[in-house]
Amino acid sequence: MSPSAISNKPGEVDLADRLCRRVAGFQAFLRGHGFQAGIPEALDAQKLAQFVDITDRRRLRAGLQSLLCTGYREWNRFDELFDAYWLPPNRSVLRESRVSGNKAEKAADLASRPPKGLLADVRQGGGDAAKVGGDDAAQGGASSAESLKRRDFRLITRDDELEALERLVERLARRMRRRMIRRQRVAAEGRRLHLRRTLRNSLQFGGTPIELSYRRRRRKPPQLVLLLDVSRSMSIYTYMLLRFTGAIVHGFKRADAFVFHTQLVSVTDALKERNSERMRDRLMLLSAGWSGGTRIGDSLKTFNERFAPQLVGRRSVVAIVSDGFDTGDPELLSGEMQRLRSRARRLIWLNPLLGRPGYEPTSSGMAAALPWVDLFAPAHNLESLLALEPELVRL
Amino acid sequence: MVTATGFQERLAAAGYIAEAGLAAALELLQALGRPLLIEGDAGVGKTEIAKALARVHDTQLIRLQCYEGLDASSAVYEWDYQRQLLAIKIRETGELSSEQTERHIFSEAYLLKRPLLQAITTPEPSVLLIDEIDRADEEFEAYLLEVLSDFQISIPELGTVPAVSRPYVVLTSNATRDLSDALRRRCLYYYLEYPDFDKELRIIRVHLPDIGSQLARQVVSFVQSLRQFDLRKTPGIAETLDWATAILQLDVKDLGDDPEAIKSLLVCVLKTREDRAAVSDVDFQRLLASSG
Repeated sequence: MSPSAISNKPGEVDLADRLCRRVAGFQAFLRGHGFQAGIPEALDAQKLAQFVDITDRRRLRAGLQSLLCTGYREWNRFDELFDAYWLPPNRSVLRESRVSGNKAEKAADLASRPPKGLLADVRQGGGDAAKVGGDDAAQGGASSAESLKRRDFRLITRDDELEALERLVERLARRMRRRMIRRQRVAAEGRRLHLRRTLRNSLQFGGTPIELSYRRRRRKPPQLVLLLDVSRSMSIYTYMLLRFTGAIVHGFKRADAFVFHTQLVSVTDALKERNSERMRDRLMLLSAGWSGGTRIGDSLKTFNERFAPQLVGRRSVVAIVSDGFDTGDPELLSGEMQRLRSRARRLIWLNPLLGRPGYEPTSSGMAAALPWVDLFAPAHNLESLLALEPELVRL
Repeated sequence: MVTATGFQERLAAAGYIAEAGLAAALELLQALGRPLLIEGDAGVGKTEIAKALARVHDTQLIRLQCYEGLDASSAVYEWDYQRQLLAIKIRETGELSSEQTERHIFSEAYLLKRPLLQAITTPEPSVLLIDEIDRADEEFEAYLLEVLSDFQISIPELGTVPAVSRPYVVLTSNATRDLSDALRRRCLYYYLEYPDFDKELRIIRVHLPDIGSQLARQVVSFVQSLRQFDLRKTPGIAETLDWATAILQLDVKDLGDDPEAIKSLLVCVLKTREDRAAVSDVDFQRLLASSG
């Protein structure tokens, strides 16, 4: 049956009208599920509904899928949502969700999760450290910015010192960002003549500059990927390192951040959240319900399989921030490190413990990982983070 | 109105085996005049789609390969500087005024058309393939968006060049970088998966008509199982075709006839050392047995 056959029937206006409404309703339904389709898509969807024989559901599905999806995630969910909307048995369910909207669903989602999460852990860890390290801090006395820079994060306990440090971390990231932007601007100016070589080339043409030489474009900054260990053994450092990571993600054009202990999860979007309250909530949700222990090998495996193909290339610097205490299989860790090493340009391991006098990287996890690391550096105080800047932007 | 199956058949006649969904998306591309963004793993036949589309419409395929640092001068237009310079030299002694000379050397004769300008100035609608858009910089993506919505290009020395015809635009991406929402919304979208058994079998048959049906089934089944392995470079359709072509040279009717030779030909399919190591002899035997 073709559309013309439909329009020959009596009551055609009614049918076409109903179809338009159904299609519009479907779009509202998709928007409720986080799809982005806007008004131009709505108009085209109406056109499509006229154009395609609507009794041919497969074609309607294929057309709408192509039109309304903008990425793989949406593409994957489309079939399920299409069935939910267009197939009769689910319509009662569908109405409900359309009325109550997306919020109810999210709320239910929230309720089902335990409220305690990553940052709660972190704060608590910081609190413990405060009690332990209280004496050290008292001995430190007044804290100028300079001494703060050199002090181990675990020894910074007073609220005012913490705030001063947070400000310093953010300033560091801002400065790095400014430098990056300046470099990018030079690169964006486009082709520039290499005057000296152009003149030399012109000699063979009697001084007419026939062959122009250009300066090479300044290469773009590398892409950064930070993998942050948030297991309990790292908890005294996690808060500061997360702040630092957040500042980096904000500052660099191409930077991604992940946290792991038994699983691995991307926190790039959460860290980009401007509102710090909301950011904390999102981070908490992301890591809610994880069990204890550290499985660096498994986390890296997840990363290598799911994220590395898109994120890590020849221009990528990958930094793993962890103390190397691993409860998983060292063999697996070593293998995954090798895989990551072969993919990335540079692989950096930052270990907060390295800043402590007398620390030797002898734990089985650390020993398994070290052969594949380009740079093994401390990350226990601000100065060590500052020293990283050239390493992060260099290839 | 063309039906989806009709279009599917036209694509097949042009040597491209497409599933119904893809054919529908390509039809929409014509009906709505929107660009089509195709994503999917390397080697699933994204680029081939544009070529097939050009064959179906019997029109020119204009290809813009994106790379990091791609700029307007290599994507849109460039002045033929050397010829301009020579023209000035020749006219130095002439009686033309400098304005006339200037108008002359900034005329279309001295314009080198690059893919984007070329695509909108062909008399008949062409197929414009923008390959691996994710490799281009974000600034270029923004510029492209402007061209794709207005279909006109402004050249400061000449004025605005409107589109003579509107090209069918196909963009491909390997998702090395996330594309902007604006571009995604502008485009139709299709995610191309690795082909299923039947589709891949048909592709092999179309490209290698000489291959026996037994052998073709075995090759496809072998590669399909191989894709389930944890490989760094999952073999695409091109790899399957290479392998099948190589096996044809051996003059065997069945993969089991000469396992050693066939194993040595696996270089067509497994292209890194790790992948080669990941498929052990035992795996190979098992795959061979199960695809027989």
